[in-house]
Amino acid sequence: MADLSSDTRIVGGGESGFVTTRFDALLNWARKYSLFQYPFVTACCGMEFMAAASPRYDLARFGAEAPRFSPRQADVLWVVGTISQRQAPALRRIYEQMTEPKWVIAFGTCASCGGFYDNYATVPGIDKIIPVDVMIPGCPPRPEAVLDGLMLLQKKIGEGDRTPAVLKNTEMPEEHKRSLEQLHQIRLKR
Amino acid sequence: MSKIILDRLQEKFGADVLETSSFRGDDVAVVRPSRWREVAEFVKNDPACQCDYFVDLSAVDRCDPNTDDLDMPDRFEVFFIVHSLKKKHRVRVKARVSGEDPRIDSIASVWSGANWQEREAFDMFGVRFEGHPDLRRILMYEEFEGHPLRKEYPANRAQPLVAYRENTFDKLGPFLRDEGMPLNRSVSVDLERTPENPHALDKNN
Ligand code: SF4
Repeated sequence: MADLSSDTRIVGGGESGFVTTRFDALLNWARKYSLFQYPFVTACCGMEFMAAASPRYDLARFGAEAPRFSPRQADVLWVVGTISQRQAPALRRIYEQMTEPKWVIAFGTCASCGGFYDNYATVPGIDKIIPVDVMIPGCPPRPEAVLDGLMLLQKKIGEGDRTPAVLKNTEMPEEHKRSLEQLHQIRLKR
Repeated sequence: MSKIILDRLQEKFGADVLETSSFRGDDVAVVRPSRWREVAEFVKNDPACQCDYFVDLSAVDRCDPNTDDLDMPDRFEVFFIVHSLKKKHRVRVKARVSGEDPRIDSIASVWSGANWQEREAFDMFGVRFEGHPDLRRILMYEEFEGHPLRKEYPANRAQPLVAYRENTFDKLGPFLRDEGMPLNRSVSVDLERTPENPHALDKNN
């Protein structure tokens, strides 16, 4: 419950305690942990998407477990890879078929801005065609970056923020650095 | 390599074989475009050549748009590469056609693998393959104007099928702090688009 906004209050205590919150805050809180995804995978980034979705990195930890291969049942459209001009109408159609509320993640540099394809064939970023919520740069992005992007999307959903965001390089928080260091020391001792 | 195919071609077509060369086992013959189809049939059926395996067909735009005439007579070089599974040799045959009206016979009836390759060469360079069963664009869409791999086509001129949305931003940066947030995100966003802040984003975007 910690992620619910400051509108949340825990009233009473013990067995009879209850919680009050704003309805839309509760709704957004529920939505952000049950994202059904529609992967629109077109190019090499797909490999990294598979890695991010498979058990080692495990997208499912963030409630984005179930891929839906019908856009009508999906909440998040992952656009993974290069989108060619010829494919643009298909992508637009898929987006239009999704039901509200819907979010879009541009996975990789190609989907975000066309990448190194500055040419006749490639769409220079899918935001030229459909609204995008989170852009994850990288060619391809590492699964950690993908998870970071997903967490950014969850944060934006929680706040009801629909502005497009580019995922920046992430600083590792100090305490994580320290615990990594400790892990490393333990390994060395063995 | 023994250059069997080149010798056979020269024997059969004489002066219509304009050039031959051989580099580390890669045999190349440049032939007159009027004999294109005959040459193809010959290298396929001649008992000494027996090139039964079609590898590739495409074209090359040889002009420099800054200095050359776009209509120059030998602007496009159409080539095919074929291989013989029996004789274990291969050959590259080229023909040069004019920039003004690039036409050459189709060899799709000799090797059916050439069908899509000829469509690609047509799509990218606008070379017309006469006698091709279905000469349509294969990679680009019907609405596309021009031929993108011709030298005079500007490399980054796109012809979008879906009209671009407005108010999309330039992702080459410099990024503002609202365009991405670190892991411990606590940044609240100022989204006014002002002259000093041209990259700021539209809230309704
Ligand atoms: S960003 Fe890189 S890895 Fe991803 S689709 Fe483009 S070229 Fe491939």
